[in-house]
Amino acid sequence: MPDGQVLEFSGLTKRFGAIPAVADLTCRIHPGRITAFLGPNGAGKTTTLRMLLGLIRPTAGSATIGGRRYDELADPLRTVGAVLEATGFHPGRTGASHLAVYAHAAGIPRARVDEVLGLVGLADAAGRKVGGYSLGMRQRLGLAFALLGDPGVLVLDEPTNGLDPEGIRWMRVFLRTLAAEGRTILVSSHLLGEVQQTVDAALIVSGGRLVFEGSLADLAHQDEPVTLVDAPDRDALLAALEAAALPCEQLRTGIQVRGLDAVGVGAIAASAGIALSALTDRGPALEEIFLDYVNGVRPPLIRDTEPAVSAGISEARSDDALEGGAR
Amino acid sequence: MTVAAVTRSEFTKLFSTSMWWILGLVLVLYVAATAGSLAFVFGAVSSGTLPNDGAPVPSEGLASVLYSLAASIGYVVPLILGTLMVTAEFRHKTLTATFLTTPRRGTVLWAKVVAGLLIGVAFGIVGALSSVAPSAGVLAVFGLETDLGAAATWALIGRLVLALTIWVIVGIGVGVLVRNQVAAVVGVLVFTQFLEPIARTAGAFVDGLDTVTNYLPGAASDALVGSSIFQVAGAGASGGLDWWAGGAVLLAYAAVLLVLGYVVSWRRDVS
Repeated sequence: MPDGQVLEFSGLTKRFGAIPAVADLTCRIHPGRITAFLGPNGAGKTTTLRMLLGLIRPTAGSATIGGRRYDELADPLRTVGAVLEATGFHPGRTGASHLAVYAHAAGIPRARVDEVLGLVGLADAAGRKVGGYSLGMRQRLGLAFALLGDPGVLVLDEPTNGLDPEGIRWMRVFLRTLAAEGRTILVSSHLLGEVQQTVDAALIVSGGRLVFEGSLADLAHQDEPVTLVDAPDRDALLAALEAAALPCEQLRTGIQVRGLDAVGVGAIAASAGIALSALTDRGPALEEIFLDYVNGVRPPLIRDTEPAVSAGISEARSDDALEGGAR
Repeated sequence: MTVAAVTRSEFTKLFSTSMWWILGLVLVLYVAATAGSLAFVFGAVSSGTLPNDGAPVPSEGLASVLYSLAASIGYVVPLILGTLMVTAEFRHKTLTATFLTTPRRGTVLWAKVVAGLLIGVAFGIVGALSSVAPSAGVLAVFGLETDLGAAATWALIGRLVLALTIWVIVGIGVGVLVRNQVAAVVGVLVFTQFLEPIARTAGAFVDGLDTVTNYLPGAASDALVGSSIFQVAGAGASGGLDWWAGGAVLLAYAAVLLVLGYVVSWRRDVS
């Protein structure tokens, strides 16, 4: 079983000329779960990941894997696997020889090449030239490269780019299985919605600065609840809610009420004598909270999540993953 | 993660695309066709089959001149091979995976040089065969001396292989420094097929200029081999450098390009 390592950014800074791409980033990423690395395009995510992987030299600070810089690792591919956006393939090389190139350099047996191709579902395309691969197949080949050394740490930059819904689902299940095995997984994305069902913890960067660090629960639970309610007599319901001074928004599917949970909204309707046709907790509006952090509406919240709390989450998730894997 | 393992990886890179055999084929066809035709012309003229226009055909050393065509015209092929070994990584963005696998970038460059030396020897032997076999055959048909019994000829063939090998390393240096594949290949072709021949021709006629043009890479390579079609054509009037000096100059080009490329380009951020 590969060892998950702690990833640590310490005062990590990169300036391109006068422009700071990453500014004084400090945080830790723990093993055994999936951590999302979120932020809009241009927030410094890719630059940060490339600094972690020794491809970009930091202007200041450090990024380490289990306490070591990437170029100090004795066996990089067996320690960290990376799927990066701008990773290329020679179009004239077959998928299998693409992997063989790096297996040879890292002293990984050739048999492992076929193994990882099978893992990502490319066994049938192994002998075909990469130039003829679809975007989704290239993304899978990128993942196969990351898995070559069976590493304890996986770093993925926008891994679902170019995948169809089926592929995205596959990737989600796959990453959960890998995290359940105790690996450290860091996934960047500019869309919270894309990863929120998969990840346990989140980092949010904006303008090169860390604006949120914590578990997904930290991100969700701090906010007012949102309830969706509807009634055949929608006008009467709206009047009752407005009388209670609740902010309401009319949607096609009903009225969205902020600041009160389903129990409270139900009680208002009952005391007004209105029969309901729908009443649901919509949960916190994660995407809005995410954007609030990105835009600086909310002050930064940095909370190094205690592994004890998150252990429960990842166990619960590993059950899911096993089910998902068995299907 | 030794240089040996990374070198093996470089070989896999080289032989898993069709570049190596396409360039090999170009080398064979280009050199063999040129050597064979020129051997025919020289042979026919000196045997009287074709009328001589008065210019003396050197019967002595004629074989050497023909054999040396592998280097004097064929050197552009190993040069481009070396260039592509590096620029392909920039062009197809495989450098990311290469450096992820081997973060010590100096090791990667060393491995490319070692792999380049080995493939260079192979190209050198193939190139030498392509010039020697057809020209010796044609000379023999015309009853002219092939010089294949002479030790000096075999020494020349050895230096031919050495020169073609060093050209691969020069190409690696060019590739590291220029990075852009199209710019590198166009630059190599313009320099080798246009700029240097003009400069060397000028050097043959302008007094004193050859002290500079003798140090051009192509001239140094011809000096290393010790014979060249340019000498027959009159472009090497002063005879050029000693063979060992020519080799040293060519090696110096390779070394300077590599060191400069490593410092200026190879250690840069990969994004």
